[in-house]
Amino acid sequence: MFIKIFQSLFLAAMLAVPAWAIDSAPAFEDPVLLARYDNLTRQLRCLVCLNDSIADSNATLAGDLRHELREQLASGKSDDEVLKFMTDRYGAFVMYKPPFEARTWVLWLGPGIFLLGGLAIAIRIIIKRAKLPIEDNDSNNSSEGDIA
Amino acid sequence: MWRYLIPISIFIALAIVLAGGLHLKPGCIPSPLIGKPAPAFTLVKVEDPTQQISNKDFLGRKYLINVWGTWCVACRQEHEALLAIAKQGIVPIVGIDWKDDISLAQRWLNQLGNPYAGTGYDNEGRVAIDFGVYGAPETFLVDEQGKVLYKYVGVMTPEVWQNAFLPRINNTGAIKDSEGTTCS
Repeated sequence: MFIKIFQSLFLAAMLAVPAWAIDSAPAFEDPVLLARYDNLTRQLRCLVCLNDSIADSNATLAGDLRHELREQLASGKSDDEVLKFMTDRYGAFVMYKPPFEARTWVLWLGPGIFLLGGLAIAIRIIIKRAKLPIEDNDSNNSSEGDIA
Repeated sequence: MWRYLIPISIFIALAIVLAGGLHLKPGCIPSPLIGKPAPAFTLVKVEDPTQQISNKDFLGRKYLINVWGTWCVACRQEHEALLAIAKQGIVPIVGIDWKDDISLAQRWLNQLGNPYAGTGYDNEGRVAIDFGVYGAPETFLVDEQGKVLYKYVGVMTPEVWQNAFLPRINNTGAIKDSEGTTCS
């Protein structure tokens, strides 16, 4: 019984999360516009707090940018137009996902380069080890530290 | 031998890269407006709300745009420097009073002195968004053609004025940092 009540309370609390959204009223009645609005607010960085999107930030500037976003979407601007409006004013930094350009290629390709480098080293070591003569267990253990 | 040198050199390279990272200012956002026309604005004038102020009135000469607010502690700190700059009379300073209470702004100017040729009241923050403002104080230098030459984020001081603004205004002397945006 108690578990049932707890479960339904928990479920209710989880479903009530949208009620704690930052702006008191939902941005749009229209679910399509609302989805676009939600998506855009998550793509844009709050420039005061740096590591929050404007969807998550309580900063006044983030509120102003959400307001701007709502008006532009309501007036029929496309997502690209809205994002261009923001990057024209705040630069690429306002986007959470930086564009691929001369300044950011290391950022985008770095992880892949490191992965390939690590893989190459691992393969080299494995091949080297495979070529070692097979010895009995005792001597193998003692020589393991020397393999590089 | 190599076996020891390689990890040590990787470690040293990494340490150098990370040490360099400590001196970065991730909060200093380069303005995309540098070299582009300053956004035009017309706002109610704080000094006299029956009048308006527009930056079109300043076309043809270099001028500063200073974004401030009475809620901004750093703006209080730079006020003396702005008064001194205004006194020199080299360039007019256009104020933008950002997200503020107009009566508080009026009292601020009456009590502390008014360095501005005029201050626009940007209560909605619209003009601030057009200028890519993300924190007060911010100061822009606009040239005769209305293009943004330079943006400075942070407290204006006599040193910043001397080293960053005056060389750009007079087109003389070596500009220490070639960046279009610097932060304090």
